[in-house]
Amino acid sequence: MQESADSRKNTVIPIALEEDSTAVVSLYEAHQKVYPRSVKGFFNYWRWIFVGLTQLIFYGLPWLNWGERQAVLFDLGSRRFYIFNLVLYPQDFIYLTGLLVISALSLFLFTAIAGRLWCGFACPQSVYSKIFMWIEYRIEGDRANRIRLDQGPLNIDKLCRKTSKHGLWIAISLWTGFTFVAYFTPIKTLTAEVLALQLGAWEIFWILFYGFATYGNAGWMREQVCKYMCPYARFQSAMFDRDTLIVSYDQQRGENRGSRGRKLTRPEYVAQGLGDCIDCGLCVQVCPTNIDIRNGLQYECISCGGCIDVCNSIMDKMSYPRGLIRFSTLSGMAQKMPPAAMFKRMLRPRVMLYSGILLSLCLGLLISLNVRAPFKVDIVRDRNSLARIVGPGKIENTYRLQIMNATEHVQHYKIELAGIPDLSLDSEYIVEVGPAQSRWIGLRAQLNPGILKSGSHPVDFLITVQGEKPQQLREKSVFLVPR
Amino acid sequence: MSDFFSSFWGWYVAAISLISMLACLVLLWLTSKKRISSGSDNTTGHVWDTDLRELNNPLPRWWMWLFVITVLFSLVYVALYPGLGTFSGIWKWSSDSAYTTERAQLKQTVAPLFAEFANQPVTTIMHDSRAMAIGERLFMNNCAQCHGSDARGSKGFPNLTDQDWLYGHSAEQIIETITKGRNGVMPSMAAAVGSETEISELAHYVMSLSGSPHDSLKASAGKKSFSACAACHGADGKGNTALGAPNLTDDVWLHGWGENTIVSIIKNGKNNTMPAQEGKLTAEQIRVLAAYVISLSNSTSSTNTALNGSK
Repeated sequence: MQESADSRKNTVIPIALEEDSTAVVSLYEAHQKVYPRSVKGFFNYWRWIFVGLTQLIFYGLPWLNWGERQAVLFDLGSRRFYIFNLVLYPQDFIYLTGLLVISALSLFLFTAIAGRLWCGFACPQSVYSKIFMWIEYRIEGDRANRIRLDQGPLNIDKLCRKTSKHGLWIAISLWTGFTFVAYFTPIKTLTAEVLALQLGAWEIFWILFYGFATYGNAGWMREQVCKYMCPYARFQSAMFDRDTLIVSYDQQRGENRGSRGRKLTRPEYVAQGLGDCIDCGLCVQVCPTNIDIRNGLQYECISCGGCIDVCNSIMDKMSYPRGLIRFSTLSGMAQKMPPAAMFKRMLRPRVMLYSGILLSLCLGLLISLNVRAPFKVDIVRDRNSLARIVGPGKIENTYRLQIMNATEHVQHYKIELAGIPDLSLDSEYIVEVGPAQSRWIGLRAQLNPGILKSGSHPVDFLITVQGEKPQQLREKSVFLVPR
Repeated sequence: MSDFFSSFWGWYVAAISLISMLACLVLLWLTSKKRISSGSDNTTGHVWDTDLRELNNPLPRWWMWLFVITVLFSLVYVALYPGLGTFSGIWKWSSDSAYTTERAQLKQTVAPLFAEFANQPVTTIMHDSRAMAIGERLFMNNCAQCHGSDARGSKGFPNLTDQDWLYGHSAEQIIETITKGRNGVMPSMAAAVGSETEISELAHYVMSLSGSPHDSLKASAGKKSFSACAACHGADGKGNTALGAPNLTDDVWLHGWGENTIVSIIKNGKNNTMPAQEGKLTAEQIRVLAAYVISLSNSTSSTNTALNGSK
């Protein structure tokens, strides 16, 4: 405790509003390493659950198979994106846009309701930092041990601990990079390539790059990513209001803070002018961003709830009621609302609006994914010859038609014309396209002379997939009649 | 830099670039030396409009080093690459040389692909689906501009999918056509044939050769004039592939059909050119391309296998 008070005086940014001191500081702050103390409790438990869930998905998904292929695979080389039963083409990019808009809106919604839940619980930066900190904790010990180790001289013990910590970090990072690349190269191929030391240059680059990013961000940068790099930290205030649940310190109950004997009863310490906060400083020690939550909401706070957990454990020890630091809203704090009243305020226009847009977007995306035709077509009028006369004076136009099969079965497509009576294709076209393949077909449309004036006439190509559920796409083009 | 008349501008640009980079360094150095006072409330003490106060949220120091690295990077960059006026950089990089190198590299990578086709007979290459896929791409990039993407040509550009060949359809002949190009010349025959009436009669005779609709009286009158044409097109009008003289007895009309067109050609002659490809394509590429072109007319299906053969 004494030590934390000292370090506070030395920091460039004074954390607490204490004695009136004016420091002369540089424009560039030397980084102060944060040594978060380990913590147990409700929110910590949930953080671990989220670490487990997100990482189960991230590390596990590439191992999942769907039929003959990897369930989720982004095949950049052949430009096919497989997501379970979906085969997406680059032309389906709109779905990615939809997904990103939905993600952004969900973030807005969660933020409006409960602040930076994403940051504390699901953001890869927090999740990997959490994993890395746990390794650090197992090897180097808790906060005090780590500080002592860092300040101490380099000896065998320190060397062993540091080496094994970084070794483990690097191993996890490489595994993360490997998994990342496995979303783009099938994981079986990739594993074989790694074992045979035959990785491609780009695979090596991305494994190392992604691994380095994991190692650097989760091992070294940590809270600095949230403080200096993440744009979300900076624009979150636009989504906050007085009814947003945030980690808050109950100032009315806590102040004045100060140490006291454990046996003191409430009337006794109140008589001494003390509140419930015993000023143990643990809430600052557990904070992964090294802020003092008692100063109120700060942009550094990632809503991880560590300070809540540790404060509750102290309150238990002191036999005070829990919740000196808790998730609450600004108006709830000010008006001493019961939780039910705060939850009621959750249904405010901002939240309703976000939810409404989010819901309709999700529905829209699901519906459009369901009704989308299982193939795509693109018709290109031949640019090389406008029109030609064939056989007994017929006018012929040439087209190239691309059919993209978005299923994983061989499909047959029938091609017909509409829009100009008497215009016909030179033969019957029933085209076979292999699973998830695309194919170019040359088409010739012919018209007897004298039916149409010279010039450009709109014509539609009808492409129908054969089978149990025939579906038709209509593609526009023009037919040219020469002068 | 050739856009500028005076070498002054080269120096001007170089000086501005260098001064800007060094100024960034100086600025960074000055700001790193600067000290400000920060109050206990974490503000700088500056107050505007009675209550607007400036918070002291300094950048991390490593961020400053990133700035420094950026400046150093740009210095190294302009030393290696052309960036300072007319100075072409230590590595002498230019978009021209990059293009040449990339082309050379590409040639090297595709050389083994084509090597196996170099000694194969064209008839064998024709049945290699991989070669045909290459051939189609070569055709699309180099031939389709005139002959059409379905190779069926257009007015003035021969159809490559039929059985009519101006210069012959053996592999050697087609390879020669692609390599050296062709220049088909028909001189003006007006003087040799005679009057307008005689030309018109000759035109009807020509149409009769292929069984096209014609005036049989005129045609029989025009038969005598055909001796002027026979030197190239042959006495029977079947053409001569050695000269590129078209066969007049089939229903292929490269430059158009009908009395008016034929009269005009007899009067004015015709000059039609296919450019040589030897500068653009290698001998192996031309070999594959020739195989592809031959395969086009060997197909029996009604749809074009060439186009349907692609992925």
